[in-house]
Amino acid sequence: MTDMFRDKIDISLSVNGEPVEARVPAGQHLIDFLRLDQSLTGAHASCEHGVCGACTIRVDGQAVRGCLMLAAQADGADVWTIEGLTDRAEITDLQDAFVARNALQCGFCTPGMLVAAEDLLSRNSQPSREEIREHLSGNYCRCTGYEAIVDAVELVARSRAKGGTA
Amino acid sequence: MKASAGGYARAQDVRHALDLLAQSDGQGRILAGGQSLVAAMNMRLSTGDMLVDISRIAELSGITVAGDRLRIGALTRHVEVGGDPLVAEHAPLLTQAVQFIAHAAIRNRGTIGGALAHADPAAEFPACALALGATIHVQGPDGSRDIAVEDFFEDVFTTAIEDGEILTALSVPLAEPTEAQVLEEVARRSGDYALAGVCLVRRASGHRLSLFSVGSVPVLATATMAALDAGDLDGAVAALATEIDPPSDTQASAAYRRHLASVLLRRAVARIGDQRT
Repeated sequence: MTDMFRDKIDISLSVNGEPVEARVPAGQHLIDFLRLDQSLTGAHASCEHGVCGACTIRVDGQAVRGCLMLAAQADGADVWTIEGLTDRAEITDLQDAFVARNALQCGFCTPGMLVAAEDLLSRNSQPSREEIREHLSGNYCRCTGYEAIVDAVELVARSRAKGGTA
Repeated sequence: MKASAGGYARAQDVRHALDLLAQSDGQGRILAGGQSLVAAMNMRLSTGDMLVDISRIAELSGITVAGDRLRIGALTRHVEVGGDPLVAEHAPLLTQAVQFIAHAAIRNRGTIGGALAHADPAAEFPACALALGATIHVQGPDGSRDIAVEDFFEDVFTTAIEDGEILTALSVPLAEPTEAQVLEEVARRSGDYALAGVCLVRRASGHRLSLFSVGSVPVLATATMAALDAGDLDGAVAALATEIDPPSDTQASAAYRRHLASVLLRRAVARIGDQRT
């Protein structure tokens, strides 16, 4: 086989604001790279075919499915996970609102849910409940029945509009 | 499960991608947005692929009006198609379709060329391309060629793209001032694949109706179109029953899909306006 194809690929990217260089297997998806190689276990690998949303992370400013992007494709990318967003206090109000409104029970979906919710609020500061539901339709939660999650996101949207925190 | 790839190479431009494909001993697989391919790899439905990553080839992305056609580069992402004013003006069917395609995080990565080349019979864009009478543009080692959309979809996940070729763009005729385009579908969850869907286009020259998730390829329902042209809605619904042979699976029975198709046709006609019944 040609040497133009590699089974290990050198990548250089930014993860949570820190430069990272690594050599990754061709078929490894970004979530396994973050979880197994970078010990960032916040985003979860669950269905691994894009249905559940538990792996939702931010890549180059956009919410993406970490399980549907190869680590090799993240060369040069700016990647943020729940750990980095937490550390820089970007979504503290959302996290507090999730706790206040009981918007999680087991917590498995929560990291992806938070990234997806912040993705919505960054583009639509005053979403209706219907728009919140639509935007989070790609994120499964098996505990809450979603009502409390929609409550929490709506609470933060209103609070941010008033210039405060939830 | 975990993906098993044979290798990976990032193409710098189309020529490089074609060279990589030519050197892959038939194992080459184009990786664009990856929203279907990486899922298939993770499920080991596809193994040992020599991945040719074209996702950074700038010349394959973008939306332009050229003469009387709207041209959309293969790497244009769903979110870009959905928000583009040229698409909204000249091919509003595609704008409508985007809101039905998966979820925001997937629309941020998935590409229209990938959706066409993947040829999932339940997907929106292939059926849209069929209803709009699109031309599919591909490039291969011997140059580029154009494929009429009616000749493009051959079977489940199978198209007229030959080994060694890359889908580079699609183009559609600009919508006429009085043209109407609507998409209707039913899915179990917002963003899931449709149980059945229809794309209806009404032009001065007549109707074009395509259906998705009712067979192995998107279906152009020509007898139904003729009945619609004649203003016979009941006749169109009757004709539609003879033009589709939907499958039964865990999502829906064939009978239910037939029922949905007829309901969706009536809804689409109602939305499109002034249809005589």
